[in-house]
Amino acid sequence: MLELTVYGIIYGSIIALGAIGLTLIYGILRFANFAHGDLMSAGAYLVLFLIHVVFPVLGVPQERFGGTSFGWPLILAMPLSAVMTALLAIALDQIFYRPLRARRASPVIVAMASLGTAFIVRNLIYIFWGPDKINYFPGLYRPAWQLPLDIRIRPDELIIVVLALSLVALVYLFLQKTKLGKAMRATADNPDLARVTGINTEQVRLWTWGIGAGLAAVAGIMYGVNAQLYPEMGWGFLLPLFAAAVLGTVGNPYGALIGGLVIGIVQRLSTEWLNPAYQPAVAFLVLIIVLLVRPQGLFGGRS
Amino acid sequence: MALLEARGIVSGYGGMEILHGVSLRVEPGQIVTIIGPNGAGKSTLLKTIFGLLSVKAGSVTFNGTEITGWSPDRIVRLGMCFVPQTENVFPSLTVQENFEMGAFIRTDDYRGRMEEVFEFFPDLKARRHVKVGALSGGQRQMVAMGRALMLDPKLLLLDEPSAGLAPKMVELIFERIKEINKSGVAVVMVEQNAREALKFSDHGYVLASGENRFDDTGPALLQNEEIGRLYLGG
Amino acid sequence: MELTRLIVSATFGVLGGWLWSFFGRSVTARLGLALVGAVLLGVTMLFAPGEWVAYLLAPAITACLYAVLALGLNIQWGLTGLFNIGVAAFFAVGAFTSALITKAMPTGLAAEYTKQLFGLNLPFIFGVLGAMLVSGVIALLIGLLTLRLREDYLAIATIGISESLRLVFQNERWLANGPQPLSGIPKPLFCLVEDPPCAWLPGFLKELLAPLDSRDYDVILLVMLVLSLIFIFWVLQRVTWSPWGRVLRAIREDEWATSAFGKNVFAFKVQAFVLGACVMGIGGALFTASVSTIDFGLFHPMSYTFMIWVMLMAGGSGNHKGAVFGAFAIWAIWMGTTFLSDALVPFQFKTQVFYVRYLLVGVLLLAILLFRPQGILPEEKGQK
Repeated sequence: MLELTVYGIIYGSIIALGAIGLTLIYGILRFANFAHGDLMSAGAYLVLFLIHVVFPVLGVPQERFGGTSFGWPLILAMPLSAVMTALLAIALDQIFYRPLRARRASPVIVAMASLGTAFIVRNLIYIFWGPDKINYFPGLYRPAWQLPLDIRIRPDELIIVVLALSLVALVYLFLQKTKLGKAMRATADNPDLARVTGINTEQVRLWTWGIGAGLAAVAGIMYGVNAQLYPEMGWGFLLPLFAAAVLGTVGNPYGALIGGLVIGIVQRLSTEWLNPAYQPAVAFLVLIIVLLVRPQGLFGGRS
Repeated sequence: MALLEARGIVSGYGGMEILHGVSLRVEPGQIVTIIGPNGAGKSTLLKTIFGLLSVKAGSVTFNGTEITGWSPDRIVRLGMCFVPQTENVFPSLTVQENFEMGAFIRTDDYRGRMEEVFEFFPDLKARRHVKVGALSGGQRQMVAMGRALMLDPKLLLLDEPSAGLAPKMVELIFERIKEINKSGVAVVMVEQNAREALKFSDHGYVLASGENRFDDTGPALLQNEEIGRLYLGG
Repeated sequence: MELTRLIVSATFGVLGGWLWSFFGRSVTARLGLALVGAVLLGVTMLFAPGEWVAYLLAPAITACLYAVLALGLNIQWGLTGLFNIGVAAFFAVGAFTSALITKAMPTGLAAEYTKQLFGLNLPFIFGVLGAMLVSGVIALLIGLLTLRLREDYLAIATIGISESLRLVFQNERWLANGPQPLSGIPKPLFCLVEDPPCAWLPGFLKELLAPLDSRDYDVILLVMLVLSLIFIFWVLQRVTWSPWGRVLRAIREDEWATSAFGKNVFAFKVQAFVLGACVMGIGGALFTASVSTIDFGLFHPMSYTFMIWVMLMAGGSGNHKGAVFGAFAIWAIWMGTTFLSDALVPFQFKTQVFYVRYLLVGVLLLAILLFRPQGILPEEKGQK
């Protein structure tokens, strides 16, 4: 049980990173981004591209720290991929979503457009990498550490949790302390008033895409480090992401963090009784319970 | 020179025309109140002046600059701020953060201004770090006005600042509006509490069916029997 | 051979005439177009080389299935504005339900290899009814849960139910053979091509169909699907232009105003969602007729959710004619590009090209949303 909880926290912190971006986009751009999981895949596959195609050419040293996946390649590739994914999201926004916004298209139409972009991103992955499962470092031996209380954890997983939580803390500081962060929260609260106030909401939207997609990329990379890459991985994350965002109240990034951790832990704990294959369905079950009992989420007032 | 001059404004929502050529003039430092029955186009006029609705005909001049067809974020920079009737605050932000957002386009140090604004609304001082969503209706209205004042505007547009408030609160809000005006800010407001509002207005406009009906000084309108009967509820 | 050619040509003629008639604006124009379309397509099929018939039969059957699904989605999205991203799931549920109802319980050695919850060995019509029922009940549950909430929660819930159902079907062997395919689903009206033919058939038809053998079953299938499609279309047109259909459109245009008129918006939305899902369930049942072996891997959202959306949006959502036409048009383009890539692309790039074509489907959806949201056949306003 305890061990499963620890695994749940690892997995949950990955979900949380994705869900924070999803909930920000939901709140500020006002639509359900069904391409969010595919942005995770994009980030994960861009790292694959960097470490196997670009870095060997540049002569980046290949060695890694002890029994981890982390070394110069991954440390360099992670931020690069996050930035590239952010730019990809911004480009998709400028090409597809901005004209829809200008036309004041309904949120459902924009959500449908996100299905289209999801489709494009996913098929690009299929085209370049094919449908098979891929490891970042095939054949890498990654022994687990034996911690007290009979918990086994791989160093990679420890790094994932620490990294995820530090990123969440950074996002928190950004939203809480910076002018742009506050403007993002204000725009999520009331986009019309934000415009009336003189906030450059178009700029806020670009930053939202950038941050949301960057976090999604890191989440996807972490999943890739911990498991394997495959083109549909992002689509598979969609349910946990939405469950986390709805549980933590749509538009509330702190709620998404809590939601992500809860969903992660519940999913992993469920394997005690259920076929592990059912974990996405468990996320859906949590989502249903939330919709039945408290549709506005844990942190939503009645409005 | 008038601070704000709107001439022959035609506007509406989508294909529906609501204003059929309305004019309005505000001198610097004045309080101007717009009254009239429901559906007369009072709010529409404010929104059109502020660029939230497009001007189909007519012109708007503010402080010597023609601003017809400008978007709100440009108009704000000239010193005109708008407080919508509803949803006029950021509920999940604190009072202070709401004020900071009001100063979003300022690049200078606005902390002094924020203290001045808090002086207008002493009740809010103690609640500086409270989320606005947790405040009462009257306090929210003050936050909304405070937010708009952060830019040190020359003109404040208020859409029904007293709507839905308890009588005591209405009185308080009107007091604040008078004080704000005394600090040199011209005010244009739409009001349902017409009688009370006209008492302290320099000028009043009566709109009906999207057209100008009367305009005169506040006291003169109050004494006009016909207006009293038709628009001020007897 | 001659008889199958005749039947196929006649069916294609009917189909062609029907599709062409969609573009007529008046009754005479529709009749004229229908005649031209029917003659053109019918005569082409009559005199075309023999392999054309073989080439076109299967795609035409598939296109009819897509059109049924697009009609179901059109009730939900086109008419009522409900965003369902789980079309594949309702389709799959319909298929599995119908399969279990029409299939017999395996016995003896086969029971070792094929597990299934039940096998009723009933006629196909019960399969169709069962498919409608189960798809409808699932839609009812989702609808009751989400249709009171913000509109995109329905979309999320439909993804959830479709992924969860996929997991259940792939992992629970007892239900419908789990990850193994469920095979041996009876073909409806197969007796028409058997020797001796069905006992209930009138004598002259027995004689007429005598030349057909079991290899000609696809011809029967095509006739059956075209007729089912036209029937479903006709029923849905009636429903759409009934007072009930008008309320649905009113809800889509202005939910608040409709509820102000005293209509229970929630109930109407649930009904529309269930009706659409029932149609998708029928699609699933008809699908089993065409394959005889199913497994859940067939019901991939790429092929049966996204494609249906693109078909509906391209054809013109809100218009049943648009839904049907979109299904045929997009499927024709899809098959055309398959043909082209088979002919032109070297073997080693075959998989990539497959995904490039899917990518273009995504681009097409976005292009429609951006440049022609009303589709090829925009919605008809007012009583027709």
